[in-house]
Amino acid sequence: MAARTLFAKVWDAHIVSPESDARPAILYVDLHLIHEVTSPQAFAELRARALSVRRPDLCLATLDHSTPTVPIASLKDLAVVSEPAAAKQVLQMEQNCRDFGIELRSFGSGERGIVHVIGPELGATQPGKTIVCGDSHTSTHGAFGALAFGIGTTEVGHVLATQCLLQRKPRTLAVILTGTLSAGVTAKDVILKIIGTIGVAGGNGHVIEYRGSTVAGLTMEERMTICNMSIEAGARAGMIGPDDVTYEYVAGRPLAPRGSAWDDALERWRALGTDAEAKFDQSVSIDVSRLKPMVTFGTNPGMVVAIDESVPAGDDPAFRKALAYMQVDAGKPLKDKLVDVVFIGSCTNGRISDLRQAAEILRGRRVAKHVRLLVVPGSQQVKRAAEAEGIDEIVKAAGGEWRESGCSMCIGMNGDTAGRGQLSVSTSNRNFEGRQGSGARTILASPLTAAASAVTGKVTDPRELMGSSRRV
Amino acid sequence: MNGIKQVRSRTVVMPIDDIDTDQIIPARFLTTTTKTGLGKSLFTDWRYHPDGTTRDDFVLNSPDAEGAAVLVAGRNFGCGSSREHAPWALLDFGIRAVISTEIADIFRNNALKNGLLPVIVGADDHRWLVEHPGIEVTVDLETQSVVLPGGRRIGFPIDGFSRYCLLHGLDQLGFLLENEPAIRAFEQRLI
Repeated sequence: MAARTLFAKVWDAHIVSPESDARPAILYVDLHLIHEVTSPQAFAELRARALSVRRPDLCLATLDHSTPTVPIASLKDLAVVSEPAAAKQVLQMEQNCRDFGIELRSFGSGERGIVHVIGPELGATQPGKTIVCGDSHTSTHGAFGALAFGIGTTEVGHVLATQCLLQRKPRTLAVILTGTLSAGVTAKDVILKIIGTIGVAGGNGHVIEYRGSTVAGLTMEERMTICNMSIEAGARAGMIGPDDVTYEYVAGRPLAPRGSAWDDALERWRALGTDAEAKFDQSVSIDVSRLKPMVTFGTNPGMVVAIDESVPAGDDPAFRKALAYMQVDAGKPLKDKLVDVVFIGSCTNGRISDLRQAAEILRGRRVAKHVRLLVVPGSQQVKRAAEAEGIDEIVKAAGGEWRESGCSMCIGMNGDTAGRGQLSVSTSNRNFEGRQGSGARTILASPLTAAASAVTGKVTDPRELMGSSRRV
Repeated sequence: MNGIKQVRSRTVVMPIDDIDTDQIIPARFLTTTTKTGLGKSLFTDWRYHPDGTTRDDFVLNSPDAEGAAVLVAGRNFGCGSSREHAPWALLDFGIRAVISTEIADIFRNNALKNGLLPVIVGADDHRWLVEHPGIEVTVDLETQSVVLPGGRRIGFPIDGFSRYCLLHGLDQLGFLLENEPAIRAFEQRLI
């Protein structure tokens, strides 16, 4: 067989019926992640047509987007702490999962969390799988060598009813990363640099494969941060070839294969990597060895500079509109701008290693008086792990808020928002106008930069708060 | 869904690049469990001042935009989240076709599933449309062309299967369900 990319191998293995000019391929889905915001209308469609869910066993369902991050003991408390429409949506999800025989990782299960955090954490995310969800950050799971992408609600209905999707084969884009990251520079800075380089539409129509020596040296959590934001470059999916780092992460997790099934899986997974002779439709190389902490200055993730750089000038109406919204000036750096809110969490940076990095900066320090710091673990499991290490105490001693898991201020759907005009330094993935609250202004950054900015109360290079030789 | 052959309307022009789905319909309106009634929240933060009064400087609020069903937008329209609420909101407001030089992948897929026509045109034709707001056009799905006043046609590409389904009012889930034997056979190979 001709040399193939990782993407082509996973694609080919899931073709129920091939594509032609007249019709798209029918692609089989191995794992369907479901949450409360983009599924209700799909379940309603199933009810209207008297259809059942074909493979409830291949669904992983949880509550994350419109759930409150203040503690609640049971669903009864929801009405008290939650906005009525959001509470109704959560209760509808409970009902839908009950009616259609889908297990729901709900309040009290201990396994609830952001869907893109719990999939990997439970071992449901595995190399070679096709994974979809009504959420664009499904690209996260590509870090394991899965083909994972976001879909709309109509397609959620298609997968619920048939376990399949109608898809045209996308093109491939290799992003080759070389060099070693300096201290204080993280995977978040890498993906912001990539988006700044190829642009927010640079990946449209493509699946990205992140390759090169830098990628091989990254942990799974770092790889997830990078794949997570593939969609911010327009690529529906981002993938990384599985290796020993991947297998070690998956091994022993609750939903991972065991015994001889594990040996079989490992043999399959080892054959997934892109063949040496395989060709990509496009390719871009980036050397990260001199990369600095990155911060966004505008209203999309491609509008990004190194922390010590000045905001560039531009004539385009959208560019000028973005600078006016953000209240930043071309020719001036973002560094030292006063910050109102710092958010640490999300499917981009809400895992244990992210919280550890933030804690390294916050340990023994206080958050500036005028800053509100919100730390939201990506899942209840992450929360427990962080508490076992005392990270919650470090956050609280610094004056920050320590919350229950959820999407929280990344999407601002249930209470956690930044105020109109407030400047937020956020570890999330989107700095669109109003994303964190109507009129709120967002600077995307790493957990290190966010924590450092919380402490000083202004946009800060985290390396200034780290010992010169310290490697976080 | 009823079949769609063409959309005939004046254009409304928003020449901003990278209009994301958070602008089209902000997340705070996604707590709904239905598809209807989102039109009133379309572009909320661009249409209204914080106190709820209408922004006269926003194009959709101008009298010329009244009843317009064809939106001419900047490059990479619909980037960002996968929320199908974005095409639902546009359709509920009365928009039936979006013309741009590039439309984000997930938004385009969602639009096609709901009968909102995603129309990709070249940069020169796009510039002409931007410079002539409010002209009467016909977006003709059958011939895959935008017909301008005077009869000039601008061709556009569209996935053949989606086009067929839209023209005939066919629903893609029905097509998938007809393929159940192939899906079952595939599953048996997996075991």
